[in-house]
This record gives sequence, C-alpha cells and structure tokens, in this order.
Amino acid sequence: MATVYKKSAMLTDTPLHYCPGCTHGIAHKLIAETIEELGLVDNVVGIAPVGCGVFAYNYFNCDMQEAAHGRAPAVASAIKRVHKNTAVFSYQGDGDLASIGMAEIVHAATRGENITVIFINNAIYGMTGGQMAPTTLEGQKATTCIYGRQVRSAEGEVINGNPIHVSELLATLDGPAYIERVMLTDPANVMKAKKAVKKAFEYQMAKKGFTFVEIMSGCPTNWYMSPADALSFVKNEMTKKYPLGVFKDIEEAK
Amino acid sequence: MEKVKVDFEVCKGCGLCVLACPKKLMQIGKKSNNKGYFVVECTDQNACVSCGSCARMCPDSALEVNR
Repeated sequence: MATVYKKSAMLTDTPLHYCPGCTHGIAHKLIAETIEELGLVDNVVGIAPVGCGVFAYNYFNCDMQEAAHGRAPAVASAIKRVHKNTAVFSYQGDGDLASIGMAEIVHAATRGENITVIFINNAIYGMTGGQMAPTTLEGQKATTCIYGRQVRSAEGEVINGNPIHVSELLATLDGPAYIERVMLTDPANVMKAKKAVKKAFEYQMAKKGFTFVEIMSGCPTNWYMSPADALSFVKNEMTKKYPLGVFKDIEEAK
Repeated sequence: MEKVKVDFEVCKGCGLCVLACPKKLMQIGKKSNNKGYFVVECTDQNACVSCGSCARMCPDSALEVNR
C-alpha cells in the first residue's frame, strides 16, 4: 500500500495547542511540506511570533527563534544578513504583524529583505481572548467592540475606524517581490495556499526580494462559531473585504 | 491495512475532514480520547478513494491516507 498523505517530517510529534478547528495547524503543515519539497530541511530558520503561534518553535523540526511582539521581520532580516544562503521565514498573526509590528513589517518590506513572511489573518486577537484586531471586519463582534466594529457613529464621529488591508498596503512598496492572499477553507484552496507558500520560498532562495503570503484563517473559539461555520465565514464574509489574489509578482510584471 | 488511519489521541474532533471528504465517509465517532474529544472515524474503508482531502484539511495531522 502506498502512502498518499502523512505528517511531514519537518513537524515534530508535539501535539498542537491550538483550539479544535483552528487552521493554524494547516498553515504549519504547508510550510513544513514546502521546506521538505524544496530540500531546505537543514538550511532553514523560522521566527516564531507572539500570539496564538507563540509555541511554533515547538512544532517545526528546524531552528527557530522567538521574537519580541511584532519584531519578527526585524529578527528575520538580521538572521538573513548573517546566514545569506539560509531560508528564513517568519510566522505572524494579525495582532502581531498588523498592529504592534506594523513599523517592522513595512520597513522590512520596503528594504526588500530576502525573507518570507507568512501572515495569518483571522481578524481577531486569538490568544488574549478575542479583542478587536486591526483586521476585524466592520460589524464583526469582539470582546472590545461588543456591538460589532463600527467605523463611524451616525453623527460622523470616528468610533473604531476602518480595518487595514495589509497585502494591498505592502504591494504599493518597491521592495516586495511576491505578495499573495489565500485562504484555507477547503482542500482546493489549501493546495493554492501551498503553491503560494512554495513560490514565496522559491523567490526568497533566488534572492528576488521580500515575499509575503497572507493566509486567511478562521478562529472558531473567539468568533463563537463551529469550525464549519468559521470556514464559511472566511469564504463568504472575509473575502468580500479581503479579496484573494496576487497583489505583486515581479516575475509576472516583466 | 486501513486506508484512512486516525491517530486517536491527536484528533480533536473538529470535523474539518468531515466537510472535506468528497464521499462523505468521515464522521465524528462516539468514542472520546484522553483529552475528551470525540474522535473522527471512517465509516467505510473500502469506499474510500484515497484522495487525501481529509488528511490535507486536518490541522493536527491526525490522519494518514494510504492507497
């Protein structure tokens, strides 16, 4: 009997601490499989974030470095500059990257550092208990906006403001080589996400510049939904605000 | 040999594989593991087409698929 699919050797046997139905695990698998397929097994360093993915260093079977909150792109830049031929990736959530780490990600991107950033956008702060994140959709409920995110009041006063589109924002800069937004809602989209992650690593190893993959993920616990409903929320609601697609690809632009 | 092997203690019973299976063979079972999650099971190993969709969607890598 031939094995069709089994756990990647790049993942350790440590059980994941994520909630049931959280697609962080799928994102971990995609990165692990990509590293294995590109033959980078003993030539890769990962940067773990602060947030739900904080224990990522326990799950990847490669060298990992924990960064201060939001500073993963800065740490990744430093590691890449010392180890020029090593693949370096950072794995960050939306509270980490889009809020406290906004300065680091924008500057790493505009410098065009040869690193890959995997950005998990679940539109909420997961680890700290479901507070409003910079990416929370308008009308979406969170523990710090219990009636749903409201951009402006009826009188025109700003209340919570608008959500931020990280991929679109970074695509306006000159440094990035590849930016794509994907989602993990069904096997077909998981395969597309894997292709995007693989392309990002290939561009990085070809020293083309900064590569960024935004992965839209569900958060069943803090959205108060079943895993199935969370996935359909990503598919039907989040894609309206955050459309899928390639935002920058220097190879296609040529 | 089973086509779909479930790692009983790793599965969290989230049901993403139940949604992914094109043949609708996966279901949340009645047995729970030491963590207290009800573990998924494949109802008909012979009807499985070994597409690997369930394993690909499993966040905890609890599934292994053979042909």
